[in-house]
This record gives sequence, C-alpha cells and structure tokens, in this order.
Amino acid sequence: MFDLIILLSLLLIGYGFGTYNERRHFRSIQRREEELQDILAFSTRRLPAGSSADVCLVAGNVVISIDYFKKVSAGLRNIIGGRVSAYESLLERARREAILRMKAAAREQGANAIFNVRLETSSITKGSRGQIGAVEVLAYGTGLTTR
Amino acid sequence: MTDMIITNIEEVPGKTIIQHLGMVQGNTVRAKHAGRDIMAGFKNLVGGELKGYTELLTESREEATQRMIEQARSLGANAVLNVRFSTSSVTAGASELFVYGTAVVVK
Repeated sequence: MFDLIILLSLLLIGYGFGTYNERRHFRSIQRREEELQDILAFSTRRLPAGSSADVCLVAGNVVISIDYFKKVSAGLRNIIGGRVSAYESLLERARREAILRMKAAAREQGANAIFNVRLETSSITKGSRGQIGAVEVLAYGTGLTTR
Repeated sequence: MTDMIITNIEEVPGKTIIQHLGMVQGNTVRAKHAGRDIMAGFKNLVGGELKGYTELLTESREEATQRMIEQARSLGANAVLNVRFSTSSVTAGASELFVYGTAVVVK
C-alpha cells in the first residue's frame, strides 16, 4: 500500500513538472527560432557554385532527461506496441534545441548560413536498470561567412 | 584558436586542395562524476535539460577536436575536411567521443 502511494506520487510529480517543463521549453524554442530565422540551415553538402566565403565548424548539443511519467508510460506502451508519443515530443524538443544552439554558435562566429547539417542522437543510460535515461542530440555543420 | 580550417564539407570555398594527407582523428573517453549523477537522478523524475552532461559533452568534444587538429598539424596540414562526430558508450557511465576527418593542404 505504502509503495503504491509512493509510486502514484512520483507519477504525479513527474507528470506535473514534466508537462510544465516541456511547455515552457517549447515556448522558449519557438521564441528563439523566430529570433534566429535569418540564419539558414541546409542539409545539402554542395555549396552554391562560385561562392567565396570563410568557413568554420559550428555545433550545438543538448542532453534532455525523461521524466518519471514518460518513463512509466513508455514502459506500458512497450507491452501493447504502437506510437510512443511521450518520447516523440522529447526527441523533437532535443533536436530543435540542438539546432538552435548550433545557429546561435554560428551567429557568434558571424556566419549567416550553415551547410551540410548533420544530426546525431545518442542515448545516455546508467546502471543495470537504466536509472538515468536521457538523450543527447548533437547538431553540427559548416558555417559560412560571406565576404 | 588557430589558422586551421575545419569544415564538414568536401571543399574549402575559394581555395583548391593541393595535397591529401590522409585521415586524422581524435578521441576521448569521459566518465561522469557523482555530483552530476545525483542531480541527473533528480532531473530524471521531473524531466528537463541535464546541463552538467551537456557541458561535459561539449568540453569532451572540444578536446577530441583539439587532438585531431594537433595530429593534422603534425602532418603539415592547414585544413581538415569532411569532419564527422561519433559517440559510443563504452560501459555504463562512460562514453567515447570520436571525431575524424581528412587532413589536406589548401591554397
């Protein structure tokens, strides 16, 4: 009985804070995406012909942790299969944040476009029971400063 | 930093490659320390960014890149093209960050 109460309160805390954090994060992502709209990111590897510019490598990374509610709901999903929407939003957040940080790094260097953007995702887990669950997304590309 | 040109495309705009010097690489294996893990354990309950880990990984990647640059310089290169990053977890609690590219001389 006592265990059940602990589990329920953990779920509630996870759900409450997790949802709040996620909403706040999405709002901040949206705001900064508008700010950095003028820096274009391309995933093509060829530069426009005849361009003469300074290049530099720019990168941005972020580690985002899952919350307890997501962990449990994803665990339940594992039994019946189907879309795990709890993780979808987590990864979307991480990717958009990483791209934003890359763009911010590009602006710091004075670059105005980013070519050959690559995204890499890795999961960070610790312990046999996967006590710490988090994803890391790294975005990197070549920043171009037109002369 | 240095005058070394680092890009992940296959050319340097406005310059020509005059010599290929082969692949250069840099890596580092990092473990997290306990303090960060306690904070991460708490964050695992409520969700959100793990700033400690983000910083740790950024620092480690910079170190790996620095090693790659040193190797390229010892070969006499002035640019590294087609750079790729790669991450793998070696054991629980430690991960390897690997960066590699092609060292070239451009003019």
